[in-house]
Amino acid sequence: MTQMFSIENVSVAYGKVEAVRNVSLSVEQGQIVTVIGPNGAGKTTLLMAAIGLLKSTGRMVFQGTDLARIDVEGRVERGLCLVPEKRELFADMSVADNLLLGTYSLRDRSTTRKSLDDVFDRFPRLKERSRQAAGTLSGGERQMLALGRALMAKPKLLVLDEPSLGLAPLIVREIFRTIASLRSLGVSVLLVEQNARAALETADFGYVLETGEIIQSGPADTLIHDPKLIAAYLGGH
Amino acid sequence: MTADIAAILAIDGIATGAVYALVAIGTVLIFTVTRVIFIPFGDIAAFTALTLAALDAKQLPGTAGLVVVLACMACVMEVASLARARELRAVPKAVLGYLVLPLIVVGIVWLTMRFNPPMPVRIVLALLLIMPISPLLDRIVFRPIADASVLLLLTVSVALHFALVGLGLLFFGPEGVRTEPLTSMAIEIAGVHVSGQTVLILTAALVFSGLLFLFFDFTLIGKALRATALNRTGARLMGIRPARAGTVAYLLGSLMAGVSGILIAPVNTIFYDSGFLLGLKAFVGAIVGGMASYPGAALGAFGVGIIESFASFQSSTLKDVIVFSLLIPILLWRSLASQHSEEEVEE
Repeated sequence: MTQMFSIENVSVAYGKVEAVRNVSLSVEQGQIVTVIGPNGAGKTTLLMAAIGLLKSTGRMVFQGTDLARIDVEGRVERGLCLVPEKRELFADMSVADNLLLGTYSLRDRSTTRKSLDDVFDRFPRLKERSRQAAGTLSGGERQMLALGRALMAKPKLLVLDEPSLGLAPLIVREIFRTIASLRSLGVSVLLVEQNARAALETADFGYVLETGEIIQSGPADTLIHDPKLIAAYLGGH
Repeated sequence: MTADIAAILAIDGIATGAVYALVAIGTVLIFTVTRVIFIPFGDIAAFTALTLAALDAKQLPGTAGLVVVLACMACVMEVASLARARELRAVPKAVLGYLVLPLIVVGIVWLTMRFNPPMPVRIVLALLLIMPISPLLDRIVFRPIADASVLLLLTVSVALHFALVGLGLLFFGPEGVRTEPLTSMAIEIAGVHVSGQTVLILTAALVFSGLLFLFFDFTLIGKALRATALNRTGARLMGIRPARAGTVAYLLGSLMAGVSGILIAPVNTIFYDSGFLLGLKAFVGAIVGGMASYPGAALGAFGVGIIESFASFQSSTLKDVIVFSLLIPILLWRSLASQHSEEEVEE
């Protein structure tokens, strides 16, 4: 397996407060990797640094390219796409326009039509609402739109921040099914989740982040049976 | 005031309003995309009129010199910042965009004007020459402080306006100009005399705002501009660079301002400093739309034009006072009517 994305000794500070300390992790080609941890552990901060929205120290390499001098837009053009926790949709624009903007970073837009059909096949609800403004969608539909928009960019690594946050259980299941199906498309995924059980069931490999540091890591099916983790995050089933 | 006079004043006001509407739409466009309230927009309109007048007189317009100076400054700044970031590979592209392209525009104008081109060509040349100015000013003045607060950007924008007025005096001289009328045709609608110029102004305003809507609705770049205006972070995550979106917004806005300058040039005498009032009145119109809505801005601009027209009939010395006094009730109404959403507070 070839290395897709690696983070080495990355720290992120807000002023003097270090929110993320010396974190290292890696994502292999075609792998789904999850970072789980409690609220305030620094998960979102870590992802914001990965996409370049926050300054960080340490080294990040994406497909052999050092990301230090590459801005957010440059990372997106290289296929590193973030679906942020806040979704960041274009509320006053139609669902279809939101999706089309996903292709902005692509050099070749001849496949736009096909990508759009693929997203509509995956999320038929978006097709029904394609002319509606994104701001009028329900929470679940917004998450679908955010995911669909990111997929329009043909990402090589999709970075997902809390895709299940605030969604009904049925929709959470649908979202995770979609994430799992990305494997067959050859898209690697870096998934940050509070819903640790669902995340570990979907992922290949997991990291546990607590107060800004990685305290544990391992294959997802090992972590899911770890008694300590079960007690802390998995609700002791 | 008789009905006849009222009709004449109304038509006059609508024509003036249409000119303000073009500038107001440009102002909203720039503000939503870049968060800059671009006060010098009126100056751009006035400079276009002066440029056209110079071309009419078969002189090389002062704008050419202005573009060359700004292009050199912008190019030096861009290359310096690239060198600081050690991104030397991007230097040729920067030189091309910030220096060569504006110089080519100046070259085209300089070459074409030797052949005594007809009026429509001269108008196109004037617009071509005016369009690089705002994007270059953006690179020189606003790009280094792009993350500053709206208030700071506004302050800089006002300062920039005064700098431009000075440059206008330097490059165009103190004489006022009035360009040839674009048409001498006139029509009568229900017994009221309407000049061809008025019809032309209204048509141009409709055509250019229509084109802008088509651009926003049917092109990916247009959608990217709207996206940047709606949600900067979201746009960046799509790979849309705010700086580049800003350049496109400045180019389009300059086109709108330029067209309005050409439309008023035959009606009003334009001096190097005439732009300020034009820009300010368009700004009042834009505020009616809350600086966010294009139809609102256009409607506000028409309102300003009509009120100004009636005010000048009542008391021509006080017409500007009347127009600007309107700002106070409008601002009161806007601040009472607008509800602060949580998202705005967050920022």
